[in-house]
Amino acid sequence: MTVRISDDAVAIACGADEVAAAFLAAGVAVERVSSWGMQWLEPLVDIDGIGYGPVSVDQVPDIINGKATSLGRIAEHTFIVNQSRLTFARAGKTRPLSLDDYYASEGWLGLAKAREMGAQATIDTVMASGLRGRGGAGFPAGIKWQTVARADADQKYIVCNADEGDSATFADRMVMEGDPFLLIEGMAIAGFAVGADKGYVYIRSEYPQAIAKMEAAIKLSAYLVAPFVVEVRVGAGAYVCGEETSLLNSLEGKRGEVRAKPPLPALEGLFGKPTIVNNVLTLAAVPWILTHGGDAYAAYGAGRSKGTMPIQIAGNVKHGGLYEVAFGITLAELVNDIGGGTASGRPVRCVQVGGPLGAYIPPTQFHLPLDYEAFAAADALVGHAGITVFDDTVDMAQMARFAMEFCAVESCGKCTPCRLGSTRGVETLDQIIAGKNVEENLALIADLSETMKFGSLCALGGFTPYPVMSAIKHFPEDFR
Amino acid sequence: MVSIADILAEHKDRDGPLLPILHDVQKAFGHVSEDSMREIANALNLTRAEVYGVVSFYHDFRKEAEARPVLKLCRAEACKARGVEALVPIADNQSRVKVEAIYCLGLCAVGPSAMVGDKVYARLDDVKFKTLLEAM
Repeated sequence: MTVRISDDAVAIACGADEVAAAFLAAGVAVERVSSWGMQWLEPLVDIDGIGYGPVSVDQVPDIINGKATSLGRIAEHTFIVNQSRLTFARAGKTRPLSLDDYYASEGWLGLAKAREMGAQATIDTVMASGLRGRGGAGFPAGIKWQTVARADADQKYIVCNADEGDSATFADRMVMEGDPFLLIEGMAIAGFAVGADKGYVYIRSEYPQAIAKMEAAIKLSAYLVAPFVVEVRVGAGAYVCGEETSLLNSLEGKRGEVRAKPPLPALEGLFGKPTIVNNVLTLAAVPWILTHGGDAYAAYGAGRSKGTMPIQIAGNVKHGGLYEVAFGITLAELVNDIGGGTASGRPVRCVQVGGPLGAYIPPTQFHLPLDYEAFAAADALVGHAGITVFDDTVDMAQMARFAMEFCAVESCGKCTPCRLGSTRGVETLDQIIAGKNVEENLALIADLSETMKFGSLCALGGFTPYPVMSAIKHFPEDFR
Repeated sequence: MVSIADILAEHKDRDGPLLPILHDVQKAFGHVSEDSMREIANALNLTRAEVYGVVSFYHDFRKEAEARPVLKLCRAEACKARGVEALVPIADNQSRVKVEAIYCLGLCAVGPSAMVGDKVYARLDDVKFKTLLEAM
């Protein structure tokens, strides 16, 4: 008997190491694999495809003796069967650092295909897939790649943005901890396509497990991606470094201050050289696209949002985890049907989509399909597709205040609307919460939000008004 | 004992070496002192102000060492939705452990969560959080 237990950060934080040790102590072989992404079931124990979870150490003897109640076949779990796992095809199934497992599951096929078809055909394939930047901005990846490919320079770079700082997002972490070779392969394909021989993965310091896995995977696969070289760089706790120009400054060893655009990083990026800056999920989608073709990827999705999105269902939700599915699924399906409502059992009051800069959305808008354009039309953003569920105990005035406070803590300080506006926003919301001149102060917040939205250099100051104004708009009773 | 000179030597061939150097100094000494900033600035041909500017920009670097053990408690939206604010008074009612706010550990469906060193903890409630603090 061999038991398979995830060694990703969620599993470990929920006690997977202790459970694995208990099986080992009982003489049972343990394989550490990636996570299936059903986080409410972690630590999830997989014995010949049958699942048990969440497992505690004292349940281990019963599981070994066949006396424990199982969840049935994991691969047939309702949470799993309706997903379209392209990027997360290996989740739960392979050992993260096993090159054998990676080879046996279509590993390196995309890179081989790219090398066979040539650089321009590789870019054309990414273009045909309709893949858009998964970090939040949704910029077409193919166009960015083409721009860098056409730029004339002695050195070009591939930079992977793994500074996943948004609350309710963990898909980047799961790729790096569960399938690190996939990201390396995606970066190597990008490097081949645009003529870059150096790649950096900028990982936030809050992800020590991801850093360790990526560093180990880079060593193991160096000979496979050569002459392309990948290096991990570790962030230092600054949220704003998830913004691409700030990330580039940080990589260069500077303060993570935002740069004005133009020049675009595609033309003058890292160390002034043409640079692709792509999110983990963008690069991790590329091997599948090369292996199966751009049209096969574009067959998923809705409107101009092509392909699949690894959605992260989080916060106060019964069934939280990673749900990769084609664009177009509605919030109602995600929150009520798949997520199963709140973990507390109380009514859902709202969700926040897209992290700390995303709008709060009330249940009356849960018919919204997950789609860049549909969300933009409703004054919301898809962002990195993290969904935080809140029950009816949430105080939206406090959440609006927190949005401003977070912006104040994390502002890089370069532009005035963000640096000063966020602090003035906290002060004004404090007055509103204290019941002082509420109507006047709400008008002031609306005015301040306009200034921040249109006057900030980057999305931190520019998008902080989304959670603030959506909270005021949809939940006015919490402010008066 | 590792010295600043050792750390500088290790990173001398890297492009943009300042952050990796500061991470190593922080790890080895628990902070980045004025003296080490001067030494780093000299080695990289930067001004002291430039190095200071970088050290003070990032939350991870401390200018003075923290004598107490440090626990980082996630207080971002997803952990707030799962009740982290109810744990804050427990942290405030003790002074032996330095409890710092962190914004997101990527454990957003199993919060409230915390990190001590490189070790992560999830599904914290009153009892688990108190036990964790007392064990530090």
